[in-house]
Amino acid sequence: MNREDIIKPGNLVYEKPVLMNDNDMHYCPGCSHGVVHKLIAEIIEEMGMSEKTIGISPVGCAVFMYNYIDIDWQEAAHGRAPAVATALKRLWPDRLVFSYQGDGDLACIGTAETIHALNRGENITIIFINNAIYGMTGGQMAPTTLMGMKTATCPYGREPELHGYPLKITEIAAQLEGTAYVTRQSVETVSAIRKAKKAIRHAFENSMAGKGSNLVEIVSTCSAGWKMTPEKANKWMEDNMCKYYVLGDLKDVE
Amino acid sequence: MAEEVLLMKGNEAISHAAIRCGCDGYFGYPITPQSEILETLALVKPWETTGMVVLQAESEVASINMVYGGAGAGKMVMTSSSSPGISLMQEGLSYIAGAELPCLVVNVQRGGPGLGTIQPSQSDYFQSCKGGGHGDYHLIVLAPNSVQEMADFVGLAFDLAFKYRNPAMILADGVIGQMMEKVVLPPVRPRRTEQELIEQCPWATVGKPKNRKPNIITSLELKPEAMEIINLRIQAKYRQCEAEEVRYEEIDCDDAEYLIVAFGSCARIAQKSMEIARAEGIKVGMLRPITLWPFPTKIIAEYAKKVKGILSVELNAGQMVEDIRLAVEGKVPVEFFGRLGGIVPDPDEVVEALKSKIIK
Repeated sequence: MNREDIIKPGNLVYEKPVLMNDNDMHYCPGCSHGVVHKLIAEIIEEMGMSEKTIGISPVGCAVFMYNYIDIDWQEAAHGRAPAVATALKRLWPDRLVFSYQGDGDLACIGTAETIHALNRGENITIIFINNAIYGMTGGQMAPTTLMGMKTATCPYGREPELHGYPLKITEIAAQLEGTAYVTRQSVETVSAIRKAKKAIRHAFENSMAGKGSNLVEIVSTCSAGWKMTPEKANKWMEDNMCKYYVLGDLKDVE
Repeated sequence: MAEEVLLMKGNEAISHAAIRCGCDGYFGYPITPQSEILETLALVKPWETTGMVVLQAESEVASINMVYGGAGAGKMVMTSSSSPGISLMQEGLSYIAGAELPCLVVNVQRGGPGLGTIQPSQSDYFQSCKGGGHGDYHLIVLAPNSVQEMADFVGLAFDLAFKYRNPAMILADGVIGQMMEKVVLPPVRPRRTEQELIEQCPWATVGKPKNRKPNIITSLELKPEAMEIINLRIQAKYRQCEAEEVRYEEIDCDDAEYLIVAFGSCARIAQKSMEIARAEGIKVGMLRPITLWPFPTKIIAEYAKKVKGILSVELNAGQMVEDIRLAVEGKVPVEFFGRLGGIVPDPDEVVEALKSKIIK
């Protein structure tokens, strides 16, 4: 097979989503954000919602998400994205509205907004990147930091007497009457990425069908914050994170 | 057709005026003495008539961030609260001002600091007029002194907010919110259609059509050179607002030898004090700032050339008096009289203060 044969459209196995622009990403090598960004861009395109989507970026590493996907965006104050999303969806009910938040943003400072938006059954999707650490501020303890895990603010490891316990907010979300679909996914392998894509698509479709609130947690790596190579971070995530934050659907209302 | 005159509370007038002004959404959390605003909206159910969204949020923090979301999408949105709740909104207000978004915030003040009292106060003057949240920004602040002005200022506040893409505040107090007076509600303005909104707010997040760049609502800019330019643009807007939007009322000022400056409910009391003083032969006039920011600096500077002394009367420990002194630049004595913690002064107390502090 020569080059011309190889690049025939029929042989295409991968294409950059049209909505993803060519701006240089600021994420570290091995970070999960880029993969999840790509999935979201693909799904918006595939659903034909490019002109009807409003995204809400958080405070945290994904604060600049609006630089990478060419849709309309609002950048929310730390933790308040679900409140911003609530108003946007109620005021523009035919739009696809999603927020994209990290563990500190969603499960710590924004716990009230997260719980109440989900409990009201707002027809939104919350994408929750859980890498158990504050990445942007330099690797401090997060609400989801695992027991014994070392961070800049628990340098001897997280211990319950000092720091309390890692919060399984996704399990809490599954208990709320307002949630339609609550799931926990990951993106460290091809098969995991495919499953995560299906989950996000299902959540987005639920939002547009008016079924209620949707929470998609993505158990993620932070190789820089964890001080590991990307490969080792993936392995550590599977061996530790996924033992505590068990993958799979927690709730899926028909 | 004759105008319909209704009897209602100031808080209720805010709600009815908002619906009639074409407001798209209200997001709020209960707090005394302004809960009637949300209660009235819930009772009237505007979502069944104009389509206005009304939502009780989980906190004032959530309320103001809902307002941020709605305002970023070009919608005419508002919230209301009282002093402690407004304190919780300061971060959000800073973001809204930083992202240059229009919205209306109603503060029906109560006495502080802390949980304070539920009685009326004007002790949020500094917070409202000097920034409140972090960063260099201003709210456009309107101070109603009657139920009628509560109704009238809703539309005015939205107009100013959209003109300057800046949050506007109606700074009322527990008296104005709770008292019942006659009111004529503003004329009905239909809510804007989607097309009208997109034409009026080309910056709004409504979903990106193929032929334009993404609209991004943010107050973030890491490059200091660019952040300074944004700040300078915002400041230029404030200078224009100071030049064009100052509003005030002058009462019996033509022959005045002394001037009382008071706003909101305090201006109602001071007006009575002025009548008492005039009956005693004291030539006193009153200037009532209607916009507290931008402050009526120029007209006060003019009066400083004519009168012998100025008394600032406020329901606080002396806040607006600082802006009066800045305007007067030491030309005449400027003194302060006020009551604190929810106490409303008697008109005679103000007359006494005028005599003891100014006339001497």
